[in-house]
Amino acid sequence: MEKRLITLNVNGIDYELYINPKTLLVEAIRDYIGLTGTKRGCDTVSCGACTVMIDGMSVKSCAVLAVQAEGYKITTVEGLEKDGKLAPVQEAFLDEGAYQCGFCTAGMLMSAQALLNENPNPTEWEIREGIEGNICRCTGYNSIVRAIQAVAKGKYMEVKS
Amino acid sequence: MINDFNYLKPGTLKEALAMYAEHDDCKVICGGQSLLIIMRQGMIAPEYLLDIKHVDELNYIKFDKKGGLKIGATTTHHAVEKSDVVKANYPALVAMENKLASIQVRNWGTICGNLAHADPAGDPAPVLIALKANIKVGSAKGERTMALDEFFVDYFETALQKGELVLEIQVPVPQPKTGTAYQKFNLLESDMGIVGVAASITLNGNKKCKEAKIVLGNAGPIPKRSKRAEEFLAGKALNDDVFTEAGKIASEECEPVADIHASEEYRKHLISVLTKRILKKAYEEARG
Repeated sequence: MEKRLITLNVNGIDYELYINPKTLLVEAIRDYIGLTGTKRGCDTVSCGACTVMIDGMSVKSCAVLAVQAEGYKITTVEGLEKDGKLAPVQEAFLDEGAYQCGFCTAGMLMSAQALLNENPNPTEWEIREGIEGNICRCTGYNSIVRAIQAVAKGKYMEVKS
Repeated sequence: MINDFNYLKPGTLKEALAMYAEHDDCKVICGGQSLLIIMRQGMIAPEYLLDIKHVDELNYIKFDKKGGLKIGATTTHHAVEKSDVVKANYPALVAMENKLASIQVRNWGTICGNLAHADPAGDPAPVLIALKANIKVGSAKGERTMALDEFFVDYFETALQKGELVLEIQVPVPQPKTGTAYQKFNLLESDMGIVGVAASITLNGNKKCKEAKIVLGNAGPIPKRSKRAEEFLAGKALNDDVFTEAGKIASEECEPVADIHASEEYRKHLISVLTKRILKKAYEEARG
């Protein structure tokens, strides 16, 4: 096995990693880069806790080799805020109490953001389909759906002065 | 824990085929949404992994009224799902993709990879076989095309020979007065089907059945046509009684296995009910 030198762009920063090619993207993000917001849940592409965005699209980082993610713009939950201000989806999750234990939250936020990137005005059903790859075992989803709806309705539009 | 492997990253198809011919014990990865799971479970431990994710010449969806649809090997499920030409000409394919796993998997995984993985519960195969799709495969020595129907050999086994890659799916333009539908039975919408049924019905001038295709998913080692039920339908005037009878025949013809999700008897029952429903849906679409 030959290690490989790769560059991953995560949240706008280039990281050079010298890794075993079997390293998963979630391992690269958490264990090499040190961004632990992304969670490692089931490891079988089921639970969605490890969801990150690759070029704005949601993917499960436990099912992507880190070497395959080279050349893309990767966004983790740490990359949602801008200039110290939380992103609208994050504000909405706070306001709606869209989490309890918080383990699914990072992945849920990334799926919510990816959904809104592609479809800024989703119906409730489209929201539910958009987060079907993310399992939450405590809130019961309703507060999460409400939070995403609030963002879609423009409640968190930036005030432009 | 994934075993160590050597990573091969070709830039072009030609390079990929040359590398694949050179290396024994080599697996191909593109989206890896199925492959990485079985590697982590230790079911396979290849010495080499050939990554075609970035072989962009295989990333395409083409359509023309004569040749039909062509989907390249590295095209994602999401690209198929969102394609305007697929939506306009093959709505059953879009409906199937919509229910295939979760959006994250569809964003990175590929339709050709799903076929090459050859899990009998895979969603694309039944629909594509009902649509009379062909599959183009190729190696450093050349290319060949076969009916997708003949591609599957056994559980997780395909007709691919050593050094051969899946290159393209080809779906002909459906005949006039054709309807195609697919449904799987599962407990969570994004799960694989406990069983699934795809059907395509073409009507002739007097609204009788000119041709029917019925393909059963996860009701045996490979996605399989129920040829007896297809023959039963040919030439018949179609109604609920006929669909019920076709469902019974399909259920008798299939050989599902029992697993944690369902017994053999229950699977047969599901096949009978789903076949009836899906034939009716395809018929209504064909009738317009």
